[in-house]
Amino acid sequence: MTETPSKVGADDANAPPERAGRDDAAERARRTIAAVWRIESARIVATLTRFVGDVGQAEDLAQEALVEALKQWPDEGVPRNPGAWLTAVAKRRAIDGWRRRERLDERYAAMARDLEQQGGEASDTFWDPDTIDDDILRLIFVSCHPVLSREAQIALTLRIVGGLSSDEIARAFLVPTATIQQRIVRAKKTLAAAKVPFEVPEPNEYAERLGSVLSVLYLIFNEGYLPASGEQWVRPDVSAEALRLARVVAGLMPKEPEAQSLVALMEFTASRFAARTARDGTPIPLDEQDRSRWDRAQIARGSAALARADRIGRGRASYGLQAAIAECHAVAPTADETDWARIALLYEALGRLAPSPVVELNRAVAVAMSTGPASALRIVDELAVGGRLAGYAPLPAVRGELLARLGRTDEARAELELAARLTGNERERAALLAKAAALKSSVE
Amino acid sequence: MKYMLIMRANDEGYAAYDELDFTEIIAAMGAYNESLMKAGVLLAGEGLTDAAEGFVVDFDSTPPVVTDGPYAEAKELFNGFWIIQVSSKEEAAEWAKRCPLGPGTRLEVRRVTELEDFPQDNEWIQKEAGWREELEGKAAGTNS
Repeated sequence: MTETPSKVGADDANAPPERAGRDDAAERARRTIAAVWRIESARIVATLTRFVGDVGQAEDLAQEALVEALKQWPDEGVPRNPGAWLTAVAKRRAIDGWRRRERLDERYAAMARDLEQQGGEASDTFWDPDTIDDDILRLIFVSCHPVLSREAQIALTLRIVGGLSSDEIARAFLVPTATIQQRIVRAKKTLAAAKVPFEVPEPNEYAERLGSVLSVLYLIFNEGYLPASGEQWVRPDVSAEALRLARVVAGLMPKEPEAQSLVALMEFTASRFAARTARDGTPIPLDEQDRSRWDRAQIARGSAALARADRIGRGRASYGLQAAIAECHAVAPTADETDWARIALLYEALGRLAPSPVVELNRAVAVAMSTGPASALRIVDELAVGGRLAGYAPLPAVRGELLARLGRTDEARAELELAARLTGNERERAALLAKAAALKSSVE
Repeated sequence: MKYMLIMRANDEGYAAYDELDFTEIIAAMGAYNESLMKAGVLLAGEGLTDAAEGFVVDFDSTPPVVTDGPYAEAKELFNGFWIIQVSSKEEAAEWAKRCPLGPGTRLEVRRVTELEDFPQDNEWIQKEAGWREELEGKAAGTNS
C-alpha cells in the first residue's frame, strides 16, 4: 500500500489540494504503521531482546525505530518487509549506542558486521525460524514475571506482546496515559534491576509461571467483560485482544491443556457479548439472555479449543473445568434445558481443585436446578454456618430463592431483604425487593 | 472487527498456477496460514475445488436457471477465503498483502457484518437469528 499523495489530494475538495493530500497520506501512513506494529512488534522486541539482552532496552530501541518509520514511510512508502526494516533500524541504533559508549568489543563487532552484510533491505527469512517462537514465549514469560506487580504485568504484556500503545492501554483500563507510561517505565527498570533472564522458566517453577501468564490474559479479558468501573458495560476490543493473545500463547504451547482451555473459556464467554446488555446498557443475566444472539461460530471455536485441551490427555484443571461449565451453558437451547447435573459435577470438581465458597455457592445453584431446592439448601446452609461468605449478597439471594421454592415464605423474605441491603447494585436491589414483596402478597 | 479475504483468479492467474510446483504452493500457503494462526487472528478459511465441480444458479429468469461450471463468461473465479479478526482496516490490509499470490490473482477484502450492523427491531433479522439458532443448535446437539 504505497501512498499516492497527489491522487488523495485531488479527491479532497475542501482543503488546498497539496496540503490536504499530504496530511491525508501522512494519516494513512500512520495507520498503516500502527497496523504493521501490531502484527510485528512481539517478533521485533523478542529478536532485539535476544540481541541486547534486556527487554526494556529492546523495547526502547523498537520504539525509536517506530519513530524513524513514522518519519520515513509517509514519503518513501512502506518497505516490502516492514518488520525486518524496523528490526534492522533498531539494531543499528543499538550498535551506535555501543560505539558511543566504547563497548564495541569482539561480540558487538561481530554483530555489527553481520548486520552490515545483511544490508538495508532485509530478506524474507529475517526471523530465525528456529528461535523466534521460543523468543516470543520468553518475552511473554518475562512480561508476566513475578517481580512485577499484576498491574505492571498487564501493561507490559499489552505493550510488548500485544503491540498496543500507551494510549490504547490507558483507554482500555480507563486510566490516564501518563499512568500507563509510568507503569511501563517502572516495570522495565524493575526487570533490569532484578536481572531477569530472557528465558522460559525452569521446570520446577514452570507451572506457577504459566499460571501467572494465563491469569494476566484472563484479567485483561475480564477487564473488557466485567469492567469494574466506567460507563460501558462491555468493551469487546479489550477482550478481543486478550483472546488473540491467548490464542498466540496456546499456539506456542500446544501441549499445555490450560492454555488451550483458557482460549475455550474466553471464546464461550465472548460468544455472549451481543446478548449480555439491553439497549440501554442494563446487564441481562444468563438465563434471561436472547440465545439467538449468541455467536454460534465462536461457540464452535470454543468447543474446538476445549477438545484440543482434552486430546492432550492430562485431564482438566481450573480453566478446563470453567470452560466445560461455560460450554454446558453455550450449547443449551434454553436455561431450563441446560445440563445442570453436569454443571453441578463440574463445580464439585472445581471446588476439589481449589476449594472456594463462591464455587460452592455456584454448585448449590446447579444442584437446585438439577436435583431440587432441598439438597441445594443443605449446601447453602453449610456455607452460611461457615461464615466465609458473610456480607456477600449472592448468598442470602440464593438462600432466599431456595427457601421460597420450599414454601418457607417468611424466611425467604428475610433472606431476600438481607441480600437487598448487602448488594451495591441499585438494579439488583430493586429486583430482590420486588421478589420479597411478591412473596408477601402471595401469603396474604 | 472481522474481515473476509476473498481470493479470485483470472485466466492469467490459473495459467501461472499450472506452471508452478504444487508442493511449493502448498508450502507457501501453509506458511501463510500458520502465520495467521500464530498471530491469533485466523477464525476460518477454506479453499475451493475446481469450478468444473461447481455450478451456477442464475436468478435473471424465473424460475432460476442452473448452469454447470466452468463458466466461460466469468473473468475471475472465486477460489478460497479467510476470515480474520483484527483491530483495524489497515491491519486487515497488512495481512492481505502478505498472502503468497501472484499476477492474475487478487484478494477482495470485505468487513464481515456483525449483529450490531443491522437494525435489531426488524422482525426478519430476529427471525433469521432464530433460524440460525435452531439449525446450529441441532448441529451442536449432535456433537455433544
